[in-house]
Amino acid sequence: MSSQEVLIPLFLTLKVAGWATLGATVAGVIVAFAIARLRFPGREILDAMMTLPMVMPPTVLGYYLLVLVGRRGPIGAWLESTLGITLVFTWQGAAIAAAVVAFPLVYKGARAAFEGVERQFEQAARVLGKSETAVFVQVTLPLAWRGILAGTMLAFARAMGEFGATLMVAGSLPGKTQTLSIAVYEAVQAGRDDVANFLVVVTSVVCISILLASGRLLRPPVQA
Amino acid sequence: MRIEVDIRKTLRSSGREFALNVAFTCDDECGVIFGPSGAGKSLTLRAIAGLETPDYGRIAVAGKVLFDSSSGINVPARERAVAYLFQDYALFPHLSVEQNIAFGVRNWWQFRTHVAIRRRVEDLLDLFELRGLGRAHPWQLSGGQKQRVALARALIRRPDVLLLDEPFAALDPLLRDRMRDELLKTRAAFTVPMLAITHDPEDVSALAQTLVLLEQGNVASVVDLKGPPYRDAEGRASERAVRGLLGRVAGQEPVASKPPIRAVK
Repeated sequence: MSSQEVLIPLFLTLKVAGWATLGATVAGVIVAFAIARLRFPGREILDAMMTLPMVMPPTVLGYYLLVLVGRRGPIGAWLESTLGITLVFTWQGAAIAAAVVAFPLVYKGARAAFEGVERQFEQAARVLGKSETAVFVQVTLPLAWRGILAGTMLAFARAMGEFGATLMVAGSLPGKTQTLSIAVYEAVQAGRDDVANFLVVVTSVVCISILLASGRLLRPPVQA
Repeated sequence: MRIEVDIRKTLRSSGREFALNVAFTCDDECGVIFGPSGAGKSLTLRAIAGLETPDYGRIAVAGKVLFDSSSGINVPARERAVAYLFQDYALFPHLSVEQNIAFGVRNWWQFRTHVAIRRRVEDLLDLFELRGLGRAHPWQLSGGQKQRVALARALIRRPDVLLLDEPFAALDPLLRDRMRDELLKTRAAFTVPMLAITHDPEDVSALAQTLVLLEQGNVASVVDLKGPPYRDAEGRASERAVRGLLGRVAGQEPVASKPPIRAVK
């Protein structure tokens, strides 16, 4: 077993999960804020749609993504013809797949956090002369950040462990799209138990640390 | 200073309907809206602040039209120059006392607070006897201190009017008298007119020059409390006369007086 066999998939996984979390967080916070604060028709349906990636089999999600961003899909064809970008079988494609799978975790956490912010604080800020942007930046976001950050950490953990959708969209190209979880599968298939064992331990340690950290964040601060 | 209110709003929730139809003018420095809970006091005050939008009508404060349905005017809350003291003060829990007070005059994209603002905050901390508490957080404060912080936060913007939502309801009864005195002194020091809503008769006799009596969403009457029989030549309020008035106009049994605390003093 060479260190390259562990380090390359580890760094690739961190890169993919990092970008996926960033994308899922930005989108999740925006959608959660809209659904928590605005009243519009189809709000409940949108909520269900946003939660769907959490319950659907990753392979089904991966298939949908392939249909959308694949070379012949509407988005994929446009990307290729205008920007010359192909997502299938690239780490960017893997990041998009992981982002979609991780999105509901950010969304759910952020929505609960926004709904937990008392409206009175926002109203107090408005009467004190604040624009809606300032109310969001100075009041809503600081009062909701714990819940959002906890959701973000769960999303990162989920993105790190992503397998099904990533495999469908990005395949398993060593050094290019082969993330930790896929490398574990390949190692077991090839009968290389030493590599598999080590990869499994690394993944477990990272995921457990993230869960412990997010658990700490969700606990309310001690107020004497 | 004149506050003109003439508004209507109908609220519907789960089959029940509440119709607010309130019109009054207050020319005095201290107006009080009195009524039982559910009379529409809060709704009226929130409409003046811009936190609720009436269905029809007109609101004007200090000569500025804040809302007029006939000409489509609805000034957003942030531009109304109206200060609002929430019943439980709504101090921002994530900010220190200093940051709470400076909140209304500081821009969020500026990392450092301007020297002039810092000096104003210091002055207010002194004035409200909060020296040494600038770095404390709201959960570390007593009820009276919270109210002072909320007043300082509201007044730092030099508003046209100070609106108070049940200002003493969240306080210990023993503290209420003291805070009423403090509020009157503050009002005089800042020369800011105020309009309070309450269901406590003692607030009426202590604060009101103009009294608006609200009942089931309608104005039952507007009474001038500046002269006799409600106030003697020295300007002291007669609690008996006020209680009699509140009882009579509200069409209920006279509001019971509260003997124990006063008797002990």
